[in-house]
Amino acid sequence: MTISRRTLLSAAAASSAFPLVRARAQGTPTIKIGVLNDQSGPYTNTGGVTSVICTKQAVEEFGSKGFNVEVISADHQNKPDLAVSIVRQWFDRDGVDMLLDVPTSSVALAVQGVVKEKNKVYLNSGAASAALTGEQCSPNFIHWTYDTYMLAKSTGGAMVKAGGKNWYFLTADYAFGKQLQSDTSALVNAAGGKVMGSSAYPFPGTTDFSSFLVQAQASGAQVLGLCNAGGDTVNSIKQANEFGLNQSMKIAAMLMFITDVHALGLDVAKGLNLTESFYWDLNDRTRAWTNRVKPKTPNNWPNMIHAGCYSATLHYLKTVADMGAAEAKKDGVATVNRMKAMPVEDDCFGKTKIREDGRNLVPAYLFEVKKPSESKGPWDYYKQVAMTPGDEAFRPLADGHCYFIKS
Amino acid sequence: MFGFSRAQSIAFLVMIALIVICPYVLYPVFLMRILCMALFACAFNLMIGYVGLLSFGHAAFFGMGSYIAAWTMKHWHIDAVVAIALGGLTGAALGLVLGYLAIRRSGIYFAMITLALAQMVYFFCLEAPFTGGEDGIQQVPRGNLFGIFDLSNDMTMYWVVAIIFILGFLMVHRIIHSPFGQVLKGIRENEPRAISLGYRTDDYKLIAFVLSCLIAGVAGGTKALVFGIATLTDVHYATSGEVVLMTLLGGLGTVFGPIMGATVLVSMENYLAQFGAWVTVTQGVIFMVCVLAFRRGIIGEIGGYLRLAL
Amino acid sequence: MFMIFGIPGPLLFGQLLLGLINGAFYAMLSLGLAVIFGMLNIINFAHGALFMMGAFVSWMLLNYAGIGYFPSLILAPLIVGIFGLLLEKTIISRLYKLDHLYGLLLTFGLALVIEGLFRNAYGSSGMPYRIPAVLQGATNLGFMFMPNYRGWVVLAALVVCLSTWAIIEKTSLGATLRAATENAPMVQAFGVDVPRLITLTYAGGVALAAFAGVLAAPIYSVNPNMGTNFINTVFAVVVIGGMGSIMGSIVTGFALGVIEGLTKVFYPQASATVVFLVMVIVLLTRPRGLFGKAA
Repeated sequence: MTISRRTLLSAAAASSAFPLVRARAQGTPTIKIGVLNDQSGPYTNTGGVTSVICTKQAVEEFGSKGFNVEVISADHQNKPDLAVSIVRQWFDRDGVDMLLDVPTSSVALAVQGVVKEKNKVYLNSGAASAALTGEQCSPNFIHWTYDTYMLAKSTGGAMVKAGGKNWYFLTADYAFGKQLQSDTSALVNAAGGKVMGSSAYPFPGTTDFSSFLVQAQASGAQVLGLCNAGGDTVNSIKQANEFGLNQSMKIAAMLMFITDVHALGLDVAKGLNLTESFYWDLNDRTRAWTNRVKPKTPNNWPNMIHAGCYSATLHYLKTVADMGAAEAKKDGVATVNRMKAMPVEDDCFGKTKIREDGRNLVPAYLFEVKKPSESKGPWDYYKQVAMTPGDEAFRPLADGHCYFIKS
Repeated sequence: MFGFSRAQSIAFLVMIALIVICPYVLYPVFLMRILCMALFACAFNLMIGYVGLLSFGHAAFFGMGSYIAAWTMKHWHIDAVVAIALGGLTGAALGLVLGYLAIRRSGIYFAMITLALAQMVYFFCLEAPFTGGEDGIQQVPRGNLFGIFDLSNDMTMYWVVAIIFILGFLMVHRIIHSPFGQVLKGIRENEPRAISLGYRTDDYKLIAFVLSCLIAGVAGGTKALVFGIATLTDVHYATSGEVVLMTLLGGLGTVFGPIMGATVLVSMENYLAQFGAWVTVTQGVIFMVCVLAFRRGIIGEIGGYLRLAL
Repeated sequence: MFMIFGIPGPLLFGQLLLGLINGAFYAMLSLGLAVIFGMLNIINFAHGALFMMGAFVSWMLLNYAGIGYFPSLILAPLIVGIFGLLLEKTIISRLYKLDHLYGLLLTFGLALVIEGLFRNAYGSSGMPYRIPAVLQGATNLGFMFMPNYRGWVVLAALVVCLSTWAIIEKTSLGATLRAATENAPMVQAFGVDVPRLITLTYAGGVALAAFAGVLAAPIYSVNPNMGTNFINTVFAVVVIGGMGSIMGSIVTGFALGVIEGLTKVFYPQASATVVFLVMVIVLLTRPRGLFGKAA
């Protein structure tokens, strides 16, 4: 666990960092976007600076439509209390209109209330918990890229279909891990499988998973379900190999990004099944977009979270232009409603639709990681196995129990 | 009044004036954090400054106070003051148990034992279901005061926090200047002598410890309501370290030192935050400078210069 | 699968072995703390940070200078030891006339500085350190897969702990050291350079922490927080063992690792707290610790 609480963060960071477009003329309204994510911890690679770069890419491509756009960012260090302070200050003092990315479900859920209280716009690309559009939904919120239900259905469904009936879970012990585990368990049970046990480990800060792996091995389960993400997933897969678990069990990385595959290397990752809603090599449009941003992101090629930040920003700016910047700044709920009403289209996800509860219905792609021999070039890592269209990939509207959805 | 000297009375009035003026100039949420941390530091100062025991685990009481206030507020929808009071009582109860174990030793052992016990509380909070583990207790409503004042307004909340702080501050001061406080100082200066005079020194130390934990719990509970969240950060040992640093920087055993220390440190965290871990580095450097060259702290040095006890 | 007390054998032995590995780290760290405390009367709060530094130095040696794991086992402790030597000479030695609490506060500040600097430079996500080729792979012990590297850690820790014990208890240098701990002015009067002895002791204790850090590097990814994760538990170990004896801290370290491992089998939720519970029990029954001397 990182020490030092840096609270009431980034007033200064906000005003000075990343002034993308300076006010050109007095009186032109400025739309301010705040990207909040992990820039130093286990989720640095899955989100981090690359998310900020992709957000700016959208701003740049959108061009100028009678208002200025400014992008600021901060590191929430995966701490809900820190994030709440930052967001409060962003809204109260720095005039931020739209909050973006916010991975780490505990943090994502914690700031939900603040955004609603201040009536701003909150577009989430990085966090997974399906509760964000379910029991803890908000009219100011859109969940853009993926969620735990979709991962469970796509990856979990494929594992069960392949004969993996008995599961053991290794789970990051916070909102995200718990939600992913319960969503996957529900699916496994419904398919006639069984959950043999689970180990929850403290997040963040766990780097040695050996004792949990020993526990998993002794459970007699066929599938080790990893309900974690980012650096944790990479470490647990490596150590599972070290303890020989890959010989006795099948590993299901319930949430894994191309950036994690890159960190592991194909030698270790080959054959794993995983689900993303974006892959750079899906079609001409995704390849064209990746070629545009790639020169700006030297460390990582974009994954689905990064693409989601781009896509969400673009759609938001289109909506702002449509309804007028002054109106958009005034009322977050109205802006989000307008976003839901307008058709969504961009290079990353194609045409999609935003549901009433704030769920963006993107398609879910099931991939298999290539063997080293199959990979033809840099970041050529995935083979597409299946595709679930957006209206089937997510939890049905009525099952979410979102309070403002009338059933 | 309350045993203030003339100089202290003046300093107290200046402080009150600042508390009244500042929210019209500065961001009230930021000021509320300073007040909460200052109250926490005053509680800590009661132990180190007047009993001579360095507790390296005070975050346990602060954090538990914060958890209980947040939980009762969220699930029982009680009055804000009742929630904060419950936070304080929880701090005191925990202080009674841990203090009973820790006062068996003194000096560095006391510091290490309190640290270890607080670490145990931390792991308990990590596992216990009611704390929400890593997620913390989120979206805690600020609620109402006496059913009349709506605390979701930042300024209303600020005045409540200010009053709690002033009351806590005066309580610490009253304790120190009571006959009980005189015995504590006697124990600090020469424990065997105090024992030979017939004082049960362990009981005195324990009572002081519990009082200190009570106030720490109140500070934690108040903080939880201000920010609407209680998390593991509040029970983490880094918070214990921070309160030690605030008191050390302001001046151990001075009346206004902890408040000065809290103000400087919270402001520093605020303005250095954009520089990432440099906050930690700066804190560490301040620690070392204080220990090596500046052991009386800011207020202690000023007081020494003016030949006054502040 | 065979069962012991209703627990699958592989699970029981697996956790015991892993507990032993953790215990090895507890033992090495609490041993270093005990050695330093005996001579300097300072609780070295920076011990965790120096442990982390050991891991980072070996990572740097590999990535910037191409120096592998085994030379690192000698080099990293040497480098960190020299760093400790400078610390003692320039900073810590100024505190000997003050209350011991100031030593604790100073080294706490030192730990914050070191960790903060590394976090600034490398983030907190951790850098992988590959297991050396010779020690890769696992041995099938029948009841579990034992990664060879982890076996090596227990072995290396045992050897280092026992040699430290032997040096202090069985050599003439150790005898001087012990004498200086008891009565420094007297030893000084015999012509021994006590300040230098103190400096070397601190450097030695620090080198021990760094050695543990190098061993830990391939297991825990090298990250700025790896020290603090350990050090708080190690403090409890020190309180349990008492500061009196070298052997005491070794035995307590290993024993508590094993107890922790057993807890993981029977009641995993308590595995992080069990060391502290033991500490409470010891405090209630033997306030000076299991091996502590009366003051």
